[in-house]
Amino acid sequence: MSAVIFNNVAKQFESSDSGTGLQRYAVQALTFEVGAGEIVAVVGKTGCGKSTMFNLLIGLIAPTSGHVEVLGHNPFGEFDRLRGKIGVVFQNDRLLPWRNALDNVAYGLELSKVPHDERYEAARGWLTQLGLSGHEQEYPHALSGGMRQRVSIARAFATHPQILLCDEPFSALDELTGATLRREFQTLVRETTQTSLFITHSIREAIELGQRILVFRAPGHVALEIDVQQALAEHGESRLKEIILEAMGDKPAAPDIHPS
Amino acid sequence: MAIRKEAFIAAGGVVVVWQIAAFFFPPFLFPPVPAIFRQFLDIFTKGSQVSSALATFARILAGMAGAFVVGGLVAIAMGASKKVTRYCYPLLNFNQGIPALSWVVISIIWFKNTEFRIWFIIVMTTLPAFTFQIYDAYRAISKDLLEMSLSFHPNRVDLFRTLIWPGVVPGIVTAWKVNIGNVSRVVVVAELVGATNGVGYELLERQQLFDMAGAIAWTLVLVAFVVISQHAITLVERRVLRYRPESERSS
Repeated sequence: MSAVIFNNVAKQFESSDSGTGLQRYAVQALTFEVGAGEIVAVVGKTGCGKSTMFNLLIGLIAPTSGHVEVLGHNPFGEFDRLRGKIGVVFQNDRLLPWRNALDNVAYGLELSKVPHDERYEAARGWLTQLGLSGHEQEYPHALSGGMRQRVSIARAFATHPQILLCDEPFSALDELTGATLRREFQTLVRETTQTSLFITHSIREAIELGQRILVFRAPGHVALEIDVQQALAEHGESRLKEIILEAMGDKPAAPDIHPS
Repeated sequence: MAIRKEAFIAAGGVVVVWQIAAFFFPPFLFPPVPAIFRQFLDIFTKGSQVSSALATFARILAGMAGAFVVGGLVAIAMGASKKVTRYCYPLLNFNQGIPALSWVVISIIWFKNTEFRIWFIIVMTTLPAFTFQIYDAYRAISKDLLEMSLSFHPNRVDLFRTLIWPGVVPGIVTAWKVNIGNVSRVVVVAELVGATNGVGYELLERQQLFDMAGAIAWTLVLVAFVVISQHAITLVERRVLRYRPESERSS
């Protein structure tokens, strides 16, 4: 069963040269599926429609045409039906500055109407699991960048979402902090066995995390779909990276590339 | 908000200069400081004068509360709908150009009840400031935080309670701090024409008696109210905005 379905989806926005009535496609003929429990990485260059796909999936915007389905619901039209079912880790932490670390982790649970004691017990547990025990009462401004991102990861996992979405969650961190957090995150994702969709700029990260990789190209469509284990077995890691780069449009296409 | 020694020194300087002037000018121009001080104390010891002062304070607070509620609702409606903004913005701008005295005349013609007249004048003169300040705070809510909140698919009430309201609180606090001084000036004008008590009425009485000491004493009562109110608002501000780094809080 598919947890996420994009079927021939297009999304048009008015051109930044507003008033001209010109429309540009952020996403066009976007078709892919993510199976329940599957971990899928999405790679692509800046401006290839990854963020628009993300917003369509969360239900923040409606497609211009085509069909989006998340856990059997139209995410835009049936916004309320997905309450508590999607967890998101953003590129930056997006913590509410007026809430301390504990309250931030409990935020999604509060919106999902989880009883007070239950949600704070869960939030404390997640903070402990992410190494932030003792920092529960601290406000975001008092935490380091890495700690804030840990809080945001805890917030996403705390609701036990059926789908986990990650939008380049480590790209705003320094190399060392990002690497450490990436490892912990991988462990968490595998332990929780959620349906996960990662947007990343890092091909290495995509290969490490994803069971499948979707290579996006502008205007937002899937240029190449890769089964990671199979591709690694066939080509090896360095060749696979080259294949992905070529599909992204960073290198001229080699003869053995077969865009979907 | 710590009251610094410089404030006392500056105030002391004004008192000394005034007292020196009192030695050279007649009392109806520069009454001696002790005479003003006695009148000031009398206001808080004579029942009718206390009620007059309290009436003004109550009018200020009721008027501001009205402007806050109406202005807050208009601001939220403007924030939620560009169409509402396009209608309300020019009207509020137009309103800002109307002098308080015009509202005094209009309210006297329109309404019979004195208290309602004063309330109406305060609301109409303060409404644009409240609305614009809350609207600006609403618009300043981070799009990132809005997206984050929406990713949990909250209902509208929860979104308002957990994101919009905490987001506009700093704007509301600023609006109260700024407007309390403005309203204090407006209420005096409103009370001058038609009220039978209040600071404005008392000032008019003192003017007719050529009682400068009394006029200064009543003015000081109003100033004291504004200073104490702003101090109280700052305390509230420090409490509700305690999540901010120390460097971003009111001193």
